[in-house]
This record gives sequence, structure tokens and C-alpha cells, in this order.
Amino acid sequence: MAITATKGQTGLTGNSAVAYAMKQVNPDVCAAYPITPSTQIVEDFSGYVADGEVTTELITVESEHSAMSACIGAAAAGARVMTATSSQGLALMWEMLYIASGMRLPIVLANVNRALSAPINIHCDHSDSMGARDSGWVQLYSETVQEAYDNVFMALRIAEHKDVLLPAMVCLDGFITSHAIENISLLDDQEVRQFIGSYSAKASLLDIEGAPTFGAMTLPDTYIEFKRQQSEAMTRAKDAAIEVMKDFGKRFGREYGLFETYRLEDAEAAIVVLNSAAGTTKVAVDALRKEGKKVGLLRPRLFRPFPWQEIAEALKGAKAVAVLDRADSMNAFGGPVFSEVRSALYDLDSRPRVMNRIYGLGGRDYKVKDAVEVFNEALKAAETGRVDTLVKYITL
Amino acid sequence: MSTIAEKKEKVSVPFDYNKYLRPNKLPHIWCPGCGHGIVLKALLRAIDRAGLEKDNICMVSGIGCSSRTPGYVDFNTLHTLHGRAMAFATGVKLAKPELKVIVITGDGDALAIGGNHFIHACRRNIDMTVLVMTNSTYGMTGGQYSPTTPLDAIATTSRYGNIEPPFDACEMARASGATFVARGTAYHTIELERTIHDALVHKGTSIVDVIDACPTYFGRANKYKSATHMMELIEKDGTVNVKQAEKLPPEKLEGKVLRGVLHKVERPEYCEQYENLIMQKAAAKK
Ligand SMILES: Cc1ncc(C[n+]2csc(CCOP(=O)(O)OP(=O)(O)O)c2C)c(N)n1
Ligand code: SF4
Repeated sequence: MAITATKGQTGLTGNSAVAYAMKQVNPDVCAAYPITPSTQIVEDFSGYVADGEVTTELITVESEHSAMSACIGAAAAGARVMTATSSQGLALMWEMLYIASGMRLPIVLANVNRALSAPINIHCDHSDSMGARDSGWVQLYSETVQEAYDNVFMALRIAEHKDVLLPAMVCLDGFITSHAIENISLLDDQEVRQFIGSYSAKASLLDIEGAPTFGAMTLPDTYIEFKRQQSEAMTRAKDAAIEVMKDFGKRFGREYGLFETYRLEDAEAAIVVLNSAAGTTKVAVDALRKEGKKVGLLRPRLFRPFPWQEIAEALKGAKAVAVLDRADSMNAFGGPVFSEVRSALYDLDSRPRVMNRIYGLGGRDYKVKDAVEVFNEALKAAETGRVDTLVKYITL
Repeated sequence: MSTIAEKKEKVSVPFDYNKYLRPNKLPHIWCPGCGHGIVLKALLRAIDRAGLEKDNICMVSGIGCSSRTPGYVDFNTLHTLHGRAMAFATGVKLAKPELKVIVITGDGDALAIGGNHFIHACRRNIDMTVLVMTNSTYGMTGGQYSPTTPLDAIATTSRYGNIEPPFDACEMARASGATFVARGTAYHTIELERTIHDALVHKGTSIVDVIDACPTYFGRANKYKSATHMMELIEKDGTVNVKQAEKLPPEKLEGKVLRGVLHKVERPEYCEQYENLIMQKAAAKK
């Protein structure tokens, strides 16, 4: 059953909040296939469809492969399109993720982060969306239910931004955020409508006069130019994100940036971590600060495009940085966030020491004590200027 | 001549299910009233009756409540991806044709996301026994309609009734080339055991469509009073054995689904053909 939310403070799960955001967007088309832990998003949304609260065409297809295909077809026909999935569902969309971004279709997808098989596991880690990080989708990560809700609107605006036109993914942690009820503040429909505006596709299959073609064969004489345009659009997505987040803050009072920092200004040791684990890390920061230890946090929000200059600038004062990854790149050289952050720091004149800790795979708890341990290791590296172990699994 | 007491004794010797189970993996995840456990019992008895060796069996499944079955049985087991069980099983069978390959799949797993693999395994007539647990819903993900949900039925994704016509798994299997096609229900357990046994001893692709109940989602959404109510209405009253059907007038068969062995033919099996071809070519080279 869809939770009927009204304006103001309401207790909602991450999934219900995303569904409610989708209801407020009222997309033209949503095509989806169920998968834990994101199922509830479309289940709630189907309630809104059935009750006539949205005018969306909900297409319940027979797999995620078909779901994203239908989304692409609809978006190419000029529709505003949204969907949701997790884990294997996102993996099965793989082929189409590249089609969506290559065709420059601003589809918005909520990905409720869950581990990939094998072995099968339904709990949270980031291997699904991290695996899709190079598929040409904008990626926004969310620490809380509130942020997941807000990110849906921001993702839509960034995706549909005239300088961008790329699909966007909003990521939130499976179960931890998707199933936890938080007290959140909802926008009213009018506010949402004004913020997102109406959508008119630049090229549409339904435009009989213009008769555009999507995805046509390109040979070595043109393909690379398409990719370069796409890459430039991704570069521009950063400025679009800054603009959109600023506007969101101005209108609704909730300020968001490309990333969040917490007590980072004078920190000697910092943790970089995505999504819900940041909340736990903040508790550790406060505890250690009380002991006089200079620690802080940086939580990337926009991961694609990766705002590397800004992140390097924010971390340059630290002596040691521990990057936490809830996914492994299986390259024997650290996880995906680590690779990006470490590479971003490379051009600094004086670089912090960097280490990588892989944590919480398949939903393993990440506790305050884990964050404290990582901070202590990082503080030691800050003091000695030496990192003993570059990459290590924790929370084992 | 044995006495009545002796006969009773004989009948009441309990079947040793534990012989085939992994007791440390129990309790299972299935809800009270779910048909999947009943089907598993019938399958274990059929395996026993067919005299199959545990270590010579490989059970492959996709993802779903039904697909959790391999976790509980003491065979070689492979729990794979949603929809892909028959593709994985094809690989297993080709690599080790001597194994008895049994696929456990849900109606969603086999016919929605995995429909393509289903028809192609049937087409090849590769030797495997496939149990499609048809509960007309996606149980595991909360009761969305599946490709076997009847028209007008309520699901979380069809709140005003389903408008998509359902598949008949048996007709599809037959049309795709399966050489053994049968249907059973979780209500008719003894018949089901026999049907599965016949499927297990058949060479080629044998498909058994097993109608079973998901009281938790399909049942509640469609206002069945209980799991037994569902079994009575859908499985007992809604079906008729093919042999009995032959004797019944058409009006008595209206709306009834046929049980029993619906189709059985002999056709060369895929692995054997594959082997033969290699042998022929090798012989020609010599
Ligand atoms: C690629 C992919 N998409 C979706 C899922 C989520 N999922 C798991 S089981 C299932 C449906 C199961 O239905 P069925 O096969 O009929 O089995 P039942 O649970 O009813 O026994 C779905 C959609 C998944 N695991 N993988
Ligand atoms: S949800 Fe339905 S199919 Fe799954 S175990 Fe429960 S009754 Fe069985």
C-alpha cells in the first residue's frame, strides 16, 4: 500500500519517499520489473497509478532488460521517463544503460544499492551502481531518506538540463535507507512542478516533420565524435548540478553540494565514504573530536561526473585520507571511489597519504567502532607519513 | 501372505526425507501453506523411486521462492540468476552428460524473465527435468502478476485485475519441442510423485508444470480464505486428469486444466547427438 503522504514532516521509508517523489514528478512513462530491495518503489507507484493520482503509463514488463528498453523507447518518443531497480536488475539493464546515455535520453532511475551475485545476497553494497559508473549516466548518491527524495528532483533537472541531456541515477542504500522510516519534509506538488518545469524533448520520434533517427549505425568516421559530445555533456553536468543544487537550496532551504564535508576544515585525517555509512562516520568524528583528534569526513554526492578538482581542493589540507569503498573493483588495487579520489589527489603539490578500506559488502554492518579504527589508522599515517597497508578489507 | 498388521507396518514406514535434505539448512523460508514444500516432498519421493544416486544429481535453479529449493537438498546444487536456470543447466549437462539435471524454477523465472531459455532448451531436447512451480505470481518479490496469472486476477501490479492473457506452460513446452510434457498439482501429491518420476526417467527435455499455491500473495489478493481453500478451488476443482477427461463430456471439462502426462514422444537427445557428431567426424578423419 502506498503511504499517503501530505506536505510537511512525514515518516516515510526511502522507497516510499522515492515513490512519492515520482508521483510528484508524474512522469509520462514508467516501465519496471520488481527486485528486492527496490520493489516497493514501483509497488507504491503502481498504487498512485491505479488510484488515478498520476497520469503515468506504467508498463510492467517481463524483465529489467525489457524495462529499460521500454523506457528508452518511450524517452525517444519524447516522454519523461522514470524507473527503479537494484542489483541484478541494474546488471540486466547493462546493454541498455549505454543505449540510453548514447541516445542522450534523460531517463531518471532510482537504484537501491544491493550486492551482486554470486553468491546471492539481497543486502546493501555499491557493486551494482559502481559497475555502471562508466555507462554515461549521471550518478547522485544519498545518505538519508530526505536526500534520496530531494535527489530525485535534482537528478531530473540535471538530466534534462539543456547542456546535459543524459540519463541520471539516484542511489540509496538497500534496506538501510530504502526500508528505514525517517521523518522527512516533503515539498508540495506546486513547488515540485515549479522546480522541475515541464519537459519537452529536443528530438522526438513522434515529431513526424523532423523525423529524427536514434542509434543509427556510425562507422569509424563518426562514432568517436558522438562519444566526444557525450563526454563533453558529462563534463557540463557538473556545472548543471551546481546550478540545480543551488536553486534547490534557495527554494526549499535544504543546501546540497557536489559533496558534503563534516568537520573537515582543519582535519588531519579524513574518511571519504558514500551514502548511509557517512552517518555512522559522523558519530565517530564527533567522538574522536571530543578526544582532541582532528578528524573529518567527505561524502561525495555527485559521483558521475566526478568533481575531482573540488574534491582534491577539499582534501588537500588533510595529511591522510582513508577512502571507504562498499564495492571492490577486483583489480587488486582498491575500490572504485578510492581510484577516483587517489587519482584526483595526484596533481596536488603536496598530497595526503591515501589508503583504501573495503567495508560492508553484502550488507555487513559498518559500526562506529569500525570508523574509529579507520580514523586511528589514518591518524597514524598522518603522523608517520607512511601507509602500512594500502588496500584492506574491514568489517570482516 | 502378510497379516494386516504387517501390511500396516509396511505402509507406515516413514519415508526418510532427511536422506536427501541438508537438515542444517532448515527451517526453509516458505510461508505456512506454500505449495513449494509439498512439491519438494513429491520430488524427493520420485527421485527415490527412480533410484537416482544423490551424487549423480545436479539441481539447478534461478531466483524466487521456488528457486530456493536447491539450498535444502543434498545434491550437487547450483543457485543461479533470475530466469537463467535452464541456460546454466544446459552448460552443466553438456559438460557432464552423465549427471541427472533437475531444474527448479518458478513461473516468473521460467516464463517471464527466462522465457527465451525455456523455449530453446525445449527446442534442443536436452536431457533435463524441469519443474515449473506455477503459483501465478512473483512470490519472492511481493505478489506481482506473472505470465500465468489468470485474466482479471488481482496482483500488486494489477489492482483492477490482470489484462494480460496467461501462458500455458505445457502448450508452450510442447510447441517448442519438449518431448515430455506433464502437469501436476501440489494437491494431488501421489499423482505428482508418479508424474515427476516419469519425467525423471524420460530421456530428453521433460517439463512438469506444477500448479501450487502462494497463499501469502496470490491468495490474499484474490480473497481466498486459506491455503487449503486455494488448493481445493484451484488445484482440486480446477483440474482434471487427462485419463479421466477422456471419459467426461465437454461441458464437464469447461474451465478445467488438464493434469497428467500430456505429451510424450521420442526424439534424439541433444547431448547424444552432439557426441555422435563428434564421433562420426573423428572416425571420418582416421
Ligand atoms: C534480474 C533480476 N530481476 C529481478 C529479480 C527479483 N526477483 C527475484 S525472484 C522474482 C520473481 C519470482 O517469481 P517466480 O519465479 O514465479 O517464483 P516464486 O517466488 O513465485 O516461487 C523476482 C522478480 C532478480 N532476482 N533478478
Ligand atoms: S511468498 Fe508465496 S511463493 Fe513465496 S514462500 Fe510465501 S507462499 Fe510461497
